[in-house]
Amino acid sequence: MKDLLGFLIRRLGWMAITLWAVYTVSFVLMRAAPGSPFSAERAMPPAIEQQMRARYNLDAPPLQQYWDYMWGILSRGDLSWSIKLEDYSVNQVIAEGFPVSASLAIFALVFAIILGVSAGVISAVYRGTVADVAMMATAVLGIAIPNFVLASIAILLFVFLIPLFPAAGWGTLRQVALPAICLGLPVAAYIARLTRAGMLESLSREHVRTAFAKGLPKRTVIIKHVLPGALLPVVSYLGPATAGVLTGSLVLEKIFALPGMGSHFIYAATQRDTTLATGMVLTYTVLLFVMNTIVDLAYAVIDPRVELE
Amino acid sequence: MNLPDSRKNEEALAKLLEESHKIRGVSLWKDAWRRLRRNRPAMASLIFLIGLGLVAFLTPMLPLQSPLDKDLNNRRFLSPSFEPITMGSREGLKFADGKLTSQLALFEAEIAAETAEALAINDPLKQAEQFESIQDRIRVEHPFNQLWNQLGSVSFKMVQIRVAIFGDYAIPSIFGTDKLGRDLLARVFWGARVSLVVGLVATLVSLMIGVSYGAIAGYFGGWIDAAMMRIVDMLYSIPFIFVVIYLVTFLGEESVKAWLESYGIDQIMIFYIIIGAIYWLTMSRVVRGQVLSLRQEQFVESARTIGASPMRIVFRHLVPNVLGIVIVYLTLTIPAVMLFEAFLSFLGLGVAPPDVSWGLLLNDGVEALSSVKLFWWVVIFPGAALAMTLFALNFLGDGLRDALDPKMKNR
Repeated sequence: MKDLLGFLIRRLGWMAITLWAVYTVSFVLMRAAPGSPFSAERAMPPAIEQQMRARYNLDAPPLQQYWDYMWGILSRGDLSWSIKLEDYSVNQVIAEGFPVSASLAIFALVFAIILGVSAGVISAVYRGTVADVAMMATAVLGIAIPNFVLASIAILLFVFLIPLFPAAGWGTLRQVALPAICLGLPVAAYIARLTRAGMLESLSREHVRTAFAKGLPKRTVIIKHVLPGALLPVVSYLGPATAGVLTGSLVLEKIFALPGMGSHFIYAATQRDTTLATGMVLTYTVLLFVMNTIVDLAYAVIDPRVELE
Repeated sequence: MNLPDSRKNEEALAKLLEESHKIRGVSLWKDAWRRLRRNRPAMASLIFLIGLGLVAFLTPMLPLQSPLDKDLNNRRFLSPSFEPITMGSREGLKFADGKLTSQLALFEAEIAAETAEALAINDPLKQAEQFESIQDRIRVEHPFNQLWNQLGSVSFKMVQIRVAIFGDYAIPSIFGTDKLGRDLLARVFWGARVSLVVGLVATLVSLMIGVSYGAIAGYFGGWIDAAMMRIVDMLYSIPFIFVVIYLVTFLGEESVKAWLESYGIDQIMIFYIIIGAIYWLTMSRVVRGQVLSLRQEQFVESARTIGASPMRIVFRHLVPNVLGIVIVYLTLTIPAVMLFEAFLSFLGLGVAPPDVSWGLLLNDGVEALSSVKLFWWVVIFPGAALAMTLFALNFLGDGLRDALDPKMKNR
């Protein structure tokens, strides 16, 4: 228990350092780019531009801006106003987009884990059969096709050709399903391969032979003695998988026109909406860090040999 | 002294030696190669990839249509067909006789005449002016520059060879044409060049960073290792896609572009380097793990005893020993990078037209897909090209991993 507490505290410290680094880098990058957020096709009257700059604290010296913005985040959790989206604070944008992105990501991950692990287990147990070869070929295909192509084909097939799912919209389970499946498939393919490799390795271990020798049913051996060992690489892959899902959601939110954070981020970065972009990056960093920490914890729970560091 | 006896001995010795000469030690690489050759899918992938690389390199010499020449009036979204086609026959080009070769001959004759005229001018200032205007004309009006985009000097020569061999012949649009009436077959081939170069260059950058970082951390150990690996852990938690999007938008800014070009740096080059610079994390972890277990070996100690510097030990003695696993990761990083390029192209942040890449082609194709009429060929062909390449790389990677696995030695 004491271990756990120390681990969490240390992780929190690292997260703070990481966030600070990310904040600094994005601040510098955004300020270093030439032009300003207000440079547009139509020139703005200087008086108004000055007002705008004052509103977003852009007229202060850079170092002052850096501290002010950081202090705002630290003391009030205030990510300031979005520059391009009128009358929206960054917190509001995130509050609206976060549930969408998060539920999409969670659905996709759960789907990927269930599908990937079961496919991996089946193809390892029935190694060399048609089912194994077919499943592993599908898995490589899943890794080899970019998910925006997959999503477009899926829309064509399951929305227009066979109307199973609605084309757009957000809220009901049926509307979540298609984007989540498209987002989860590449991850599922990867997990299936990892599970299969892990299963094959632990199937050849001696304790498994012993379990078979003492007459345990195949089902029990596989679920109780083989699977836990085989899942270790899968668990350690979940960290990168989260990153992959977050990245992929940028594309899928664009294709399915979902009101998540991803579409806002690309817009913010390309339109030089400094405050919104910084807020988004910080949120994503927190998400990723939390997920990595959970993965490390899960690893320690599954494998008693691993010590929390 | 018994002479025959000693001769007998000598003979026996010679025989023994001869036998021992016949026996060859099997090096790790030879052994791995033997195992790889038995792995059919991996060998097929290797051959496919080598063929692809060759074809991509020789693309300018192949009898393909122009990858850029648009025909908005007659050739938009043509389905795959075997209708023969002549180079330079589009009316809008206004080529002599509607042929590339005739126009080329005409243009070269004109340029030769102009050059002769310029040479006849006595005033050096005016002469230089005249030469400049000739150069300008070549840049704009040369038939090659109308049909291809900014050919480098090597590609230019290759296109010349192509015209010399094949003349006006071009492979019909067997892949169909895209929304601007450009030939898809040619675009897929030219796109292969960019996509493969992105994959290779970015992976090599990540290789250099990852291997040196991991090897140094692993060799020095102690607090250096701890600090370096903490940094890697931290970087793992940064959503890199966002940093890339920042950087790409930053580099896409006109003034930055101009500034970079003044130093002779291509924007696309920077793009490769950025991708490479974010894919080194896993590589460095793997290499570090290997080096950690290697540095206790005797050959490292003996190298240290004879006074080799730490850097020499790391790069001459340790790095070659981890090459196997590095190669495996290499074949798995290239597909990841190529997918990432496709992804960035989809977001409009990748390779910019008129350059072509598979990601860009797929993006165009996906846009055409969502319309009412089904232009399947604009997605299927680039998609198949990318998927087959990634397929082959994955199989090759798996095969190499099995082949280089020390546990499989002499099996």
